[in-house]
Amino acid sequence: MTFIDQAASTSAPEIDVEEAARARRRRAEKIGQWVLPVLVIVATIVAWDRIVVWNELPHYILPGPGRVLQALIEDWPLLFQSLLVTLQITMGALAIAVIGGVGLAVLFTQSRWIEMSFFPYAVILQVTPIVAIAPLIFIYVDSKIAGLLICAWLVAFFPILSNTTLGLSSADHNLRDLFKVYGASRWQRLRYLQLPSALPYFLGGLRIAGGLSLIGAVVAEYVAGSGGIGSGLAFRILEAGYRLNIPRMFAALFLIALTGVIIFACLSLISHLALRKWHESAIKRET
Amino acid sequence: MIAERAPAPSASAEGAFRSPRAPLLSMRHVDKVFGGDVVALRDMNLDVRDGDFISLLGPSGCGKSTALRLIADLIHPTSGRIVWDVEKTPGALSVVLQEPTLMPWATVADNVWLPFRLQGKSRASVDDKIAEALNLVGLEEVHDAYPRALSGGMKMRVSIARALVTHPKLILMDEPFAALDEITRFKLNDDLLALKRAIGCTVIFVTHSVFESVFLSERVVIMAARPGRVIRELAVDAPYPRTDDFRTSQEYAMQCRAVSDALKEAMGEGDDLH
Repeated sequence: MTFIDQAASTSAPEIDVEEAARARRRRAEKIGQWVLPVLVIVATIVAWDRIVVWNELPHYILPGPGRVLQALIEDWPLLFQSLLVTLQITMGALAIAVIGGVGLAVLFTQSRWIEMSFFPYAVILQVTPIVAIAPLIFIYVDSKIAGLLICAWLVAFFPILSNTTLGLSSADHNLRDLFKVYGASRWQRLRYLQLPSALPYFLGGLRIAGGLSLIGAVVAEYVAGSGGIGSGLAFRILEAGYRLNIPRMFAALFLIALTGVIIFACLSLISHLALRKWHESAIKRET
Repeated sequence: MIAERAPAPSASAEGAFRSPRAPLLSMRHVDKVFGGDVVALRDMNLDVRDGDFISLLGPSGCGKSTALRLIADLIHPTSGRIVWDVEKTPGALSVVLQEPTLMPWATVADNVWLPFRLQGKSRASVDDKIAEALNLVGLEEVHDAYPRALSGGMKMRVSIARALVTHPKLILMDEPFAALDEITRFKLNDDLLALKRAIGCTVIFVTHSVFESVFLSERVVIMAARPGRVIRELAVDAPYPRTDDFRTSQEYAMQCRAVSDALKEAMGEGDDLH
């Protein structure tokens, strides 16, 4: 026994050839994860540039990437103002969607009657295309900001509502029994059992809602359509289109896409930070 | 006394169990019917006295878990009564289920805090009690860990610590060790007896293991299925503390044999009725 123990402790185990190969593959995969997408993007931009140059395409048909970058820099004050407006609407709508979605979900799980009465309306609002409702909203709502917020909210709140409702009602039934035995009040059950159980579901809905509120804000701006100070990126795209300022259209489009990616990344980070201590989805395992 | 409690006529003879202990609760002619026609439990009578260790033993579908849930007040009798002879204060009753049933988002200590938390007590005011309970189950080291980091046996210990933390009068255990390996189960059986002595509580223990029921309890209530009912009640006449010596003794083997025979008889009856 002792002899074996000593032999094991003095020399590190020799690394198996296959295990070394597996380790190499894992490293390559890790690097590829970042390098490959960057390569694809660079290749696409180069190809785009070459197509424009070789075909001598005029910039009002297809501007090259250099031209778009130039527009982005030259029109930055204008575009940045618009970006702020769109961001404001998006974040405002997302905030109201979170409050409204979670609030309704809590109401739904507290009373079957409320859920039965109002859930169909939530579904109807969700399935009706926002472009079909938006003109009506702008007729009845005086404030343009309020109208934009309502439109973006309508698109964003449903995933939060449905996910949170699902999460609240999927608390472990054994834990429910336990809470009952220990005499938990309805409020305690909600606070200590149902809300924590719903957190992963809510965060999943939030990530979807983040993208949707941006889409809602952009669509609503298209419909609202008025110019001047306080116009968002979507209006800049419309306006640039009328003036055949295609580079600016591309620049605004780029900003919208970038905003969407950043929103998604931020919400994913929030989700990861909130769940990393206990939820399967956020825990790294050696596979 | 046995004859009064057990409905089967054959139950009168063996193990006349007498105790000076104060009554804790009793079930009187309790029936439970699910969905209008599924008789989960028929005419169950049970006297539980302060400090008892009672096992409910039987095949699946015999209503042993139903009986436990009735006592826990999670479901209500279709007819009959369950009477508490003592005042049922908050924390007087605890349950341990087959699953450890821990909150995955809370640390071990916060999980153990739960019964107190639901009474509105702050963590700081019961910190010493949480530490004591974790100490009793040998888990003081991991109080800051999350449940996912623990093994099955450790999770069950946390579950037991949570049940002990309020110093309850009665602990209901629903096949708590059924999903564990045998080595862990033996260890937890030993620990459970030690804990019961330390706390001085009453335990009603549901199991389908003859060996477990005999090792742990003073009285084994044997139940049969279709419909779920009590067939007889046997006393296990062996003094506590019971140790590994008891587990390997002739006496233990004989008690197991007696319980096993009674169980076979019970299951035979169940099949005849079907």
